[in-house]
Amino acid sequence: MSNQNDMSDYTAESPAREAWRMFRRNIPALVGVFILAAIILLTFYGQFFYTGDAFDVVWAPHERPGVTPEFPLGTDYLGRDLVAGLLTGGGATLAVGATAAMITMIIGITFGALAGFYGGWVDNLLMRITEFFQVLPALLFAMVLVTLFSPSLFTIAMAIGVVSWPQTARLTRAEFLKIKELEYVTAARAIGAKNKRIIWKVILPNAMPPLIVSATLTIGVAILFEAGLSFLGLGDPNVMSWGLMIGANREYILDAWWPVTFPGLAIFFTVFAVSLIGDGLNDAFNPKLRER
Amino acid sequence: MSLSFLSRRLAYGLLLMLGVVILNFLLIRLAPGDPAVVIAGEMGGATEEMLESIREDYGLNKPVLTQLWIYISGVATGNLGESFFFNQPVSSLIAARVGPTILLVISAQIISIVLGVFLGVIAARKPNGVMSAFVSVFATIGYAVPVFWTGIMLIILFASAIPIFPVEGMQSVKLRGAPFLTQALDVAHHLVLPAFTLAIIYLAQYARLSRASMLEVLGSDYIRTARAKGSPERSVLFKHALRNAALPILTVAGLQFGNLISGALLVETVFNWPGMGRLAFESILRRDYPTIMGVLFFASAMVVVANILTDISYRWADPRLRGR
Repeated sequence: MSNQNDMSDYTAESPAREAWRMFRRNIPALVGVFILAAIILLTFYGQFFYTGDAFDVVWAPHERPGVTPEFPLGTDYLGRDLVAGLLTGGGATLAVGATAAMITMIIGITFGALAGFYGGWVDNLLMRITEFFQVLPALLFAMVLVTLFSPSLFTIAMAIGVVSWPQTARLTRAEFLKIKELEYVTAARAIGAKNKRIIWKVILPNAMPPLIVSATLTIGVAILFEAGLSFLGLGDPNVMSWGLMIGANREYILDAWWPVTFPGLAIFFTVFAVSLIGDGLNDAFNPKLRER
Repeated sequence: MSLSFLSRRLAYGLLLMLGVVILNFLLIRLAPGDPAVVIAGEMGGATEEMLESIREDYGLNKPVLTQLWIYISGVATGNLGESFFFNQPVSSLIAARVGPTILLVISAQIISIVLGVFLGVIAARKPNGVMSAFVSVFATIGYAVPVFWTGIMLIILFASAIPIFPVEGMQSVKLRGAPFLTQALDVAHHLVLPAFTLAIIYLAQYARLSRASMLEVLGSDYIRTARAKGSPERSVLFKHALRNAALPILTVAGLQFGNLISGALLVETVFNWPGMGRLAFESILRRDYPTIMGVLFFASAMVVVANILTDISYRWADPRLRGR
C-alpha cells in the first residue's frame, strides 16, 4: 500500500475489520488471549472437575508440591489445598478487576467527554477535580475507603474505580478536543444534531480505539490493586483470592515458598496476558506505529 | 524562573491540600456510625469519657460548618489529631516515619530513572536489536508482577540462599550508638532490597519510554547535524539526544510519584521498613482513623510537592517554557 497507484486494487475495509486483521497476526497478543482464556476457563469451570473448598483444611500443613498426588501443588500453613485456592481465588480477582475497570471507564469517560466537549468553565472545573484525585496516593485512598465502608467485593471494585479514573478522563478529554474540530462533527451539527447526540453518538464512537486499549490496561491495574488490598488483609475475608493467599501465608515464607509463589505467578500471568492483549490492540488500532 | 509562576503554583498546591483536608473530614462523617466512635476506633469498646473528650476536641456537638472550621484550623497549625491506639499526637507519629519513606521513595526513583533511561538509550541505538527486545519484554513483565510478591520472592532468595543483604527493617539493633558513617552504611545495606523491589516496575517503564522518546529524537535533523560535524556517538546520544528526549520522561516521573508512594506502602509492609506505609498498614488494622487520615494528608502533600518540583524542572529542561 506504500504506492499510491495501487489504490485501484484496494478494496475498502472498515477500521474495525482492519484492526482485527492486524490483531490476528500479532503473535504476542494471541498468546495473551490464549493465556487469559485458559485462566478464565480454569477459574470458572475448574471447580467442576476439581472439587474441594478452598477454605477447608484437608491435609497436614505445608505439604510440599508434588509429594501427595491428591494435592499436586501442596498445602498452605493451615493445610488447605493450594490448587483449590488457585481455582476459586481467581474468580474474585477477575470479577473485581473487570468491575473496577468498568467503573473507571464510566467515571473517566463521563468526566473527560464533558470537559473536552464543552470546554470553558466546565472543562476547568472537571479538570481541577481530576487533578485533585490524582494527588491522592491511589492505594492509600482505596485502603481508607475499603476500611471505612466495610470490605466486600463491590466496595473493593468501587474503591479501585474511584482512585483510577483520572487517567481515563484525561485521555478521553484529549480525544474529544481533537475530534470535535473534525468536519463530520460540524456536519452532524449542521443537520441539527443536539449536543447530547454529538457527544455520545458522534464523537465517542470515534474516540473508542485508544479508550479500549486503556480499558484493557486498566483491568490489569485493577487486578494488581485487588491483589495488593487482599494481601494487606483488606479484601473480603469470606472470599478466597490470590492476594489473600499470599497475605495469609506471608509470615511463613521462610518455611514454605510454595503457598506464596503459585498465587503470585497466577496474578502475574493474568496481568501479563491482559497487557499483551492491550499492546496488541494498541498496535492494531495504530498501524503507523508498527513501522518502528 | 519567574516568581509569579512559583507563587501561583504554590497557591494551587495549598488549595489542593485544603481539598484533601475537606475530603478527610467528609470521609469520617460519611462512614457509617457515630463519628466519635469512628475516631476512637475501638469498635464499640470506647469508654463514655473518651467519646465525650473526642466530641469536645472535634466540636462534634456544634454545627457541621463549625466542625469543619475546627478541623481545618487544627490541621493548619500542625494538629492532625490524637491517635488513641498509639496514645500519641498523629503529627509526631508521622514525623518519626516520614524520613524512611522519603529515603525509600527517592532511592527507588533515582535507581529506576538512571538505570531505566540508560537501558532505553542503549536500546534506542538499535531499534530491532537484542537490547530493544529485552527492554520490551522486561517492561511488560515489570508491569505485570505484583510489587509485594517481588519483595517476598527476593526475601526468600536472600534470606537463606544468598544471604548478602538484610531482608528486614532499616537498621541492625547491634549497631545502635555506632559512629554515624557505620550507621549510614548499615541503613544503605538494608535499603538495597526494598529500593530495588520498588524500582523494578518503574525501571521497566522508564526504559520503554526513553527508548520510544529517543527513537523519535534520533530521527531529527539536529542529530544528523551533530553526527555530520563529527561529534562522538556517546556525546550525540547522551548530550544532544537525551536532553531533548528528557521531557516525556520528566512528565512520567512527576505523574508516577503518587504511584510510587502507593508501591512504597506495600514494599514497607513486606520488608518491615519503618515508614509511613507501614504506619498506615498498622493503623488500618487497628482502625485508628486519625492516624490513617494523617498519613493520607501527608502522603498527598508529598505528591503535591513532587508535582511542583516537576513543573520547576520542566522549565529547567525546556527553556521555551521559561518566559511563561
